[in-house]
Amino acid sequence: MTLIDLANPTKFLSLTARMLPWLAGATAILLLVGFYQAAMAPDDYQQGATVKIMFVHVPNAWLAMFVWGVMTLAALGTLVWRHPLADVAAKAAAPIGAALTFLALVTGSLWGRPMWGTYWEWDARLTSVLILFLMYLGLMALWRAVDDPSRAARAAAILTLVGALNLPIIKFSVDWWNTLHQPASVMRMGGSSLDRAFLIPLLIMAVGFSLLFITLHLAAMRNEILRRRVRSLQMMQASQQAA
Amino acid sequence: MALGPYASFIVTSYALVTAMVLILIAWIALDYRRQKERLRELEAGGVVRRSGRTATDI
Repeated sequence: MTLIDLANPTKFLSLTARMLPWLAGATAILLLVGFYQAAMAPDDYQQGATVKIMFVHVPNAWLAMFVWGVMTLAALGTLVWRHPLADVAAKAAAPIGAALTFLALVTGSLWGRPMWGTYWEWDARLTSVLILFLMYLGLMALWRAVDDPSRAARAAAILTLVGALNLPIIKFSVDWWNTLHQPASVMRMGGSSLDRAFLIPLLIMAVGFSLLFITLHLAAMRNEILRRRVRSLQMMQASQQAA
Repeated sequence: MALGPYASFIVTSYALVTAMVLILIAWIALDYRRQKERLRELEAGGVVRRSGRTATDI
């Protein structure tokens, strides 16, 4: 099966039916191992046990940006290549991305209170991630507001491309401005500054949450294809009844 | 495993993440059931896809 074959929704549905059980199983195993490793990780010499929040906060924060990146590629697929599944992928990813961004914000806030003494600070990193969350909500509202999926897809694709400008701002906000948030400690020039005792559980959780996103995204894309099939059959039924 | 004086923050974080993941899974699973149910209803009403296949056929 080639990538071109996946442009056919029927072939995509048959592929996801075969892949989803394996993906779900791998996700469950990795997340279980990740949660166990996180529970067993040692306390940090400065942060104590609150460092455990990192194992759920950081993967969700990475995915919050990654999902928008996926939607940006899908937006290009809609506007440039007119791939039939591009807008399905974009629409299916938005609620999952919103949920992951919400988790990044809330777990960050719960980590910030004991470490910084405040749940929230209007600094560059926190504010730019909040804007990302609001853009996810805006995108979901836009999809619901326009009845015709192909018209909604074009408007959503443009909004997604505009929103992508926020991604480098989020990534580099800790370097460009003074913020309470610490600078990058895993993905940085010169390698990770995290000790292996924290890095390994963090990477396992990151892969586990990434697989979770892929699994949920494929399942949500399958639902969206079925929803569109329902819509076209309902229109067909209505025109048959009118004739 | 002692979580220290900030145990409530740690436990709340993990509980929220677990709850949100379960909500997402349940929402997607219920949506799938709903779409399949609607397709079955259309099929029972005699609506056939242009390809000639039944509504619920993949």
